[in-house]
Amino acid sequence: MQFSGNKRRKLKLAGDQKNACYPHSLQFYLQPPSENVSLIEFENMAVDRLKLLKVVENLGVSYVKGTEQYQNKLESEIRKLKFSYRENLEDEYEPRRKDHISHFILRLAYCQSEDLRRWFIQQEMDLLRFRFSILPKDKIQSFLKDSHLQFEAISDAEKTHRDQDIIASSSGGIKLDLESVYKVPFADALDLFRGRKVYLEDGFAYVPSKDIVAIVLNEFRAKLSKALALTTRSLPTVQSDERLQPLLNHLSHSYTGQDYSAQGNSGKISLDQIDSLAAKSFPPCMRHLHRVLRENHHLRHGGRMQYGLFLKGIGLTLEQALHFWKQEFVKGKMDPDKFDKGYSYNIRHSYGKEGKRTDYTPFSCMRIILTNPPGQGDYHGCPFRHSDPELLKQKLQSYKISPAGISEVEDCGFSLNHPNQFFFESQRMLTGGKDPKKEPSLPETPQPRPGAAGTPKARDAPSTLAALNSSMEVDLEGLEAYFSS
Amino acid sequence: MESFDPAELPELLKLYYRRLFPYAQYYRWLNYGGVVKNYFQHREFSFTLKDDIYVRYQSFNNQNELEKEMQKMNPYKIDIGAVYSHRPNQHNTVKLGAFQAQEKELVFDIDMTDYDDVRRCCSSADICSKCWTLMTMAIRIIDRALKEDFGFKHRLWVYSGRRGVHCWVCDESVRKLSSAVRSGIVEYLSVVKGGQDVKKKVHLSEKIHPFVRKSINIIKKYFEEYALVDQNILENKESWDKVLALVPEKSIHDELQKEFQKSHSSLQRWEQLKKIGSNCGLWLEWEIMLQYCFPRLDINVSKGINHLLKSPFSVHPKTGRISVPIDLQNVDQFDPFTVPTISAICHELDVISTNEKEKGEGETESDTKHRTRNYKKTSLAPYVKVFEQFLENLDKSRKGELLKKSDLQRDF
Repeated sequence: MQFSGNKRRKLKLAGDQKNACYPHSLQFYLQPPSENVSLIEFENMAVDRLKLLKVVENLGVSYVKGTEQYQNKLESEIRKLKFSYRENLEDEYEPRRKDHISHFILRLAYCQSEDLRRWFIQQEMDLLRFRFSILPKDKIQSFLKDSHLQFEAISDAEKTHRDQDIIASSSGGIKLDLESVYKVPFADALDLFRGRKVYLEDGFAYVPSKDIVAIVLNEFRAKLSKALALTTRSLPTVQSDERLQPLLNHLSHSYTGQDYSAQGNSGKISLDQIDSLAAKSFPPCMRHLHRVLRENHHLRHGGRMQYGLFLKGIGLTLEQALHFWKQEFVKGKMDPDKFDKGYSYNIRHSYGKEGKRTDYTPFSCMRIILTNPPGQGDYHGCPFRHSDPELLKQKLQSYKISPAGISEVEDCGFSLNHPNQFFFESQRMLTGGKDPKKEPSLPETPQPRPGAAGTPKARDAPSTLAALNSSMEVDLEGLEAYFSS
Repeated sequence: MESFDPAELPELLKLYYRRLFPYAQYYRWLNYGGVVKNYFQHREFSFTLKDDIYVRYQSFNNQNELEKEMQKMNPYKIDIGAVYSHRPNQHNTVKLGAFQAQEKELVFDIDMTDYDDVRRCCSSADICSKCWTLMTMAIRIIDRALKEDFGFKHRLWVYSGRRGVHCWVCDESVRKLSSAVRSGIVEYLSVVKGGQDVKKKVHLSEKIHPFVRKSINIIKKYFEEYALVDQNILENKESWDKVLALVPEKSIHDELQKEFQKSHSSLQRWEQLKKIGSNCGLWLEWEIMLQYCFPRLDINVSKGINHLLKSPFSVHPKTGRISVPIDLQNVDQFDPFTVPTISAICHELDVISTNEKEKGEGETESDTKHRTRNYKKTSLAPYVKVFEQFLENLDKSRKGELLKKSDLQRDF
């Protein structure tokens, strides 16, 4: 892929040629794009695709995949973001091109770690599964052929010749005259033949179309996995391109949902509320940082960034922040002038009042977990990821969560991926906002994941946090004392 | 036939490895036409020497070296392992993690001890003509599936020397199969599930997969003679209680107990069971047949690419029998008790030599031609012939593939 300057150089293709580039509404992404793309387009496409994959992830958590609700919502999101999904619509070229290019850009960002790769592959697979499920039957064969999958649909005569055997091998009912049957090399149908769920003859599996999806997805996963491993090798070159490096970092760390910047909240919090809010509505990571700050009257840079931006997100103004931090640091016998010289600049900088004036947004859970792990003397990070499991258990117990409370879970009805989201939802619940939806299934989140730690309780992060919330209401008094000590 | 005395092994093996072991054919097999560079040189062999000394990672540069080493070390047992990324005998010089098993034949090991719960005549290492039928059925069922379902063409079945059989699937594509696919194949071929603590090991679902149906059809051919006559599984209350333990429905169970008392033979009782079982729409008859007759595979032998398995033409140290190839055309006639022992063929060789000396025939022992013809005059000959037929088929396939490839190139 060539990256042009700001000037846009679009490939001009006439109608038929355009369609020939992208004959299908979905693809296996076997060939990288070879055209020139402007930096703006590069960034926009990538961000849009990331939004799409986040939607895929969230929908997959809130609805059973494949149900009508799931399909409808996913389809509307795809359409909104202008990606391809269905055949026979007008002007399919642009959405398909966008789909193609954005996938490859995200590969660059998401090949970098095992966690990122796994997440990327999972969402791409779910997206492909959806698109494949809405493919008209007559289009399936040509799609498979163009994707270099050796799956031929057998003729009617061949079907009839083995109909009894095919019917006897497949689970559930099957109407052979209506359904296509694909001839697949047996080794490509491992998950089917090992359980004798498919008919084998002379080294081939005869797979009815209802079972072909599993095979297609396995192929896709294998190919993408391999491709990502290869992409990692060419990363150093890509990352040395100054135009791309910040964008790629932003992509792999960004939370593209609500960014919980302070707009709308600013000035709604007073400083003397912070202690009680910390006990009531702060997620464990911020509660921990707050407590350490109160105890040690100091926090290192990582902690100041993570906690400081969080406070901005819940509504602390710059003036309040300056006062808050100075007051605390001075208690630790810091010279007020030293604070003004060394620390206040940074606080103003994080509010966008200095230097390049970026109004930094509070860190998402993903960013906290994946970037800048805490070292000795640090208190930032994610307790579910970075803490020793025993200590974590103790801490949760000290927050007066009963062991039953941790395991007996109230669905909080949302998937948690931002500390400010935790605060927002908690405040909403406590101030009698809408009742949280009761979902039949427990929402899973890719984060917090207790990487090295691994207590079963810790894995239940959102549920633990939810339980945390509800029990906090009851034990307010006890906690106040805990905080003032 | 000479009776075999394990104490004589060192002497017998010496003679066997010098004058009887079919090195040329053996090398022809494992070299696979020399198409892939170093395929033979990267193959692992392991030897079990006298006093149970076990040496792994043996490898050889060519047939000559193989011969010399075998004659020098006089192994009691020879195992064949995988083709590695480097010469196995140099594996210590390879960077950590770089020495990898890459290819190997797909192998199966069927052992009579795995059927102890369903045979009445013998147990553990013993076998007799009454239970050998289990191996016959196993070979037929597994071989049919490997050939017809999986399309595997080059399958070598070998008598293990005591209580079972091995299968070596040698197709080029098969040697490259991953461990996951190998496991999947064993899973596909498995019907009897559960250890000692599980009474009923076969449960058939409503739909019968063609593999199961075809296997049952094979068992049907042998069942009456094997199970109802030789094993006599419904002979008396003690034995038929074991069979009825596989009947889950109490009402049928009780009814059959009653009928069995009235009947006079296993055959009659089996007829009862078939009638009553089918009345209730169960697959009872087939589930019992499968539990008593269907092959039991050891997945661990088949799934590992680096797994070592006893070599064909190896000697069994306890029985003295040679691990000989089994002629698939005559599976029903194969009798493990007529397989030559090392003492028998060595004796045959002695007799021949003596005769030749008397008649003034034969060249000096150092003549290679003389040596390679030696096995031909012993009872080992017909088994080497079976092996050679197998090698012919491999050669034909290879030539066919090479022709196809060169045709494709010319077309370009």
